[in-house]
Amino acid sequence: MLVTLRHRLHETFVRWALRVRPPEPSPIILTQRRVYVLPTRAGLAYAMALGVILLGAMNYNLSLGHALVFLLAGLGIVAILHTFRNLVLIALRPGRCEPVFAGSPAQFALVLENRRPDARTSLRLFIGEQEPVEVDIEARTSRVATLGVPTTRRGWLPMPRVTIETTWPLGLVRAWSYAVPELDCLVYPAPAAKAPPLPWSGDSARGTTRDGRGADDFSGLRKHQPADAPRHVAWKAVARQQDGPLLTKLFAGASAQQIWLDWDALSGTTDGEQRLSILARWMLDADAAGLAWGLRLPALQLRPDNGPAQLAAGLRALALHDHGAH
Amino acid sequence: MARTSRPVSRRQAWWLLASVVAASAPLTQQIPLWLALAAASAFGWRALLTWQHWRLPPRWLRAILVIAGTVGVFMEYRTILGRTPGIALLVVFLALKLLELRAARDAVVTALLCYFMVLGQFLFTQTIPTAMLAALTVLITTAALLAASDDRPQPQQQLRRAALLLLQALPFMLLLFLLFPRVQGPLWGIPQDRFSAVSGLSDTMAPGSIAQLSQSDAIAFRVKFEGAVPPQSQLYWRGPVMPAFDGRSWRVVQTVGAYPAVPYSGSGTPIDYEVTLEPHGKFWLFALEMPATLPPESALTSDYQPVARQPVRNRMRYTQRAWPEAIAGRNEAPDLLRGALSLPKNGNPRIRTVSEGWRAQHGEDSAAILAAAENFFNQQLLIYTLNPPLLGADMVDEFLFDSKRGFCEHFAAAFVFALRAAGVPARVVAGYQGGEINPVDGFLEVRQYDAHAWAEVWIAGRGWLRIDPTAISAPSRINNNLAAAVPANEELPFLARADMAWLKELRYRLDAVTNGWNQWVLGYNPQRQRDLLASLGLKEPDWRSMTAVLSVLCGVVMLGLTAWILRNRLRVDPVLAAWRRFTDRLARRGIVWQAWEGPLAFAERAARQAPNHAGSITAIAALYARLRYAPDPQPGELIEFKAKIAAFQP
Repeated sequence: MLVTLRHRLHETFVRWALRVRPPEPSPIILTQRRVYVLPTRAGLAYAMALGVILLGAMNYNLSLGHALVFLLAGLGIVAILHTFRNLVLIALRPGRCEPVFAGSPAQFALVLENRRPDARTSLRLFIGEQEPVEVDIEARTSRVATLGVPTTRRGWLPMPRVTIETTWPLGLVRAWSYAVPELDCLVYPAPAAKAPPLPWSGDSARGTTRDGRGADDFSGLRKHQPADAPRHVAWKAVARQQDGPLLTKLFAGASAQQIWLDWDALSGTTDGEQRLSILARWMLDADAAGLAWGLRLPALQLRPDNGPAQLAAGLRALALHDHGAH
Repeated sequence: MARTSRPVSRRQAWWLLASVVAASAPLTQQIPLWLALAAASAFGWRALLTWQHWRLPPRWLRAILVIAGTVGVFMEYRTILGRTPGIALLVVFLALKLLELRAARDAVVTALLCYFMVLGQFLFTQTIPTAMLAALTVLITTAALLAASDDRPQPQQQLRRAALLLLQALPFMLLLFLLFPRVQGPLWGIPQDRFSAVSGLSDTMAPGSIAQLSQSDAIAFRVKFEGAVPPQSQLYWRGPVMPAFDGRSWRVVQTVGAYPAVPYSGSGTPIDYEVTLEPHGKFWLFALEMPATLPPESALTSDYQPVARQPVRNRMRYTQRAWPEAIAGRNEAPDLLRGALSLPKNGNPRIRTVSEGWRAQHGEDSAAILAAAENFFNQQLLIYTLNPPLLGADMVDEFLFDSKRGFCEHFAAAFVFALRAAGVPARVVAGYQGGEINPVDGFLEVRQYDAHAWAEVWIAGRGWLRIDPTAISAPSRINNNLAAAVPANEELPFLARADMAWLKELRYRLDAVTNGWNQWVLGYNPQRQRDLLASLGLKEPDWRSMTAVLSVLCGVVMLGLTAWILRNRLRVDPVLAAWRRFTDRLARRGIVWQAWEGPLAFAERAARQAPNHAGSITAIAALYARLRYAPDPQPGELIEFKAKIAAFQP
């Protein structure tokens, strides 16, 4: 009860604190208006200790005791300013975010820019309850902080609210700010752990392909193309001819095949998400086997091909597949 | 919070050890030897632990050590309350805390305890060296606190950072010190052991007790005169009045104030001055004879001795006025006069015979008896010396007729005895006589070796008269000082001697610095605070106006520091600022500069989208590129760039 109330109050505060509707345009500059400062637990203990020292100094009429307590109080105030200064006017920009499969953490990269001529020390960034990431930023440089967020569902995952905080230098006060950078992570459906075998049926073509994109029997060499897998580079041939172009080995064989991964072929599975998971598993298997595969979804079709680009396009199509469709 | 559970690193452990050692070392003299040794071995243990990567001692061992330490302190003092036992316990806990440094939270607790220990030092001494040592402890402890949150910097760097933070804290400290509304302590009862072993006059006077004080050159009090300094022979600082005599020693009777204000009227030119009295643990306050006003919180006893309500346990300061020629006790109470005549039944037969002879000759004429007594003392050719021989049971007789050598207490005691035997009321007054002006700061310094005793004689119609029998035999004691009065071969405290001028000069300077420290730092109390604020134009300051002024000034300092923090914001590159104006204007036309576009590529696109302005857009972008990226941009180009942008209206 109390926890939920606290949580709700906190959310209200954050909404007020952010003011702009997230996500925010880049760069996000942590201006003094959005940096908050409160004492930490150590800071409260420090304040209490000062109170006791002051009482002692008053009781025993110790002038130097007064001086001590006032010096330490000044130190506390200075700590507030330094902690605030350590955080204020940092510029945040969204960085890269590689797609992940649901279930593994999305890695949001944030670029933190320090425009000041002195370093920022011990900044902690975290999302929700996640383990904080600690970074320092040297003077007039930027640093990338990568924050992991667990994923459960496929689709676009917008970067959640980031809290960036610091208690440097004395650990007595905490300065913090919130940001919601415009950064989305594409989450692929998790590949099914148990999937039916690859569907060799319908118009999936068995037999030798003429274009030599099988994987079993060597059939010749051609000029390397960027999409060719590195393990197919003919390193020996390249080594023999000096300054020649990279060559790719071509293979022919029974397994150089085309296969169609079809949404409708999985009509036995009623759960749409389950179907997508199976399709994802098939794609990975087909890619690993070096098959040329095509994808048929109710609203989209991919021509058979193989390689990383095909895999990315296929998984992306699965990730963004309309949730309502069966 | 998650981070407080981080374990304490080796570097942090070293820092904490250093600050604990710095905080406890100055207290070594105050705590028992066994505890000092135990603490030192705990520190050594901690050092080995950190150095050799040993494991922390088990919990049961630490528990045993805590109990042993507490019991030890209790056995030592028979209590665990009070100043010294409290400090000893703090040392126990701090030393053992070092042996259980686990999480960052322990580091913070240790640092806070170290700050406490600094306050502990001030309970015993507040001199300038103590303050410097305390500053060092605070510096190291602050560095340890810094290391507790970030232990990567090198030690020198950590110390430098701590020093910087403390320097920035100084303005706040000064403001708070001057303006924080002060409260006069104590807020609650103070354990008695706070005050022990202070030297000064006691409430009894036996032969030799003042001579003993004359070996000390400790300051009794300092005086700042409003006008000219009165002549040396007038500087009688009235202290405890001793009318009771038991045959050997004289004793104070009145310790409680009888008069809230001075009961006699003044005459002559008043002398105004301010006394800064060192704590002596007794009730009486010293005043130039005769006191005309009373310090706050004090009253006058029936033998005209100002006494405070509380024993003087802290250095205190009060302004006073003296009437040098005041006549006190013209109509004295009969029982008080009776008390001033009482003598033991027996003893000192020779002086009794002499006194009875005066009585027979002059009858009720007290003034004539007094003159006879003074004449008698003069004729005895008494010698003033710091080393009088020991006296037996009839000490007045032995002094006056046999040894003829004595210090001021012998003179005063014998004189009062002689007058009482002749039927004239008389009593002993102890106090200080003279003092020396410190040429550096102009304060009159009265030291323990200026302690003195004289007589007060009551004569009908004239009240109490001060008679100094020492002055009869050794006038130079009164007109000059102790050194001039005692024989040259007698041992005197260093400062009382007349030679070694340059060392004396040095000592004067040191005393002046100490006095300034006492007056302005240690003696900065509610009164001085009010005076300071009044002199700054704050009439009748109370805690409200003080808090207001304090808040305003602290706010100003805060604003200054904040402006310094945010100063980089104000320094925007003029080229970039002008370029932003340019892109903003284009953005209003729907031509938005994208983050991935270079300035020239953007200009090209903008020129295509706004063909009317193609010329100026291209020119501005070219200038921007030159100003940004050319190796030698000309100053004229910036002006041209700004002008072009100012004129640019898409």
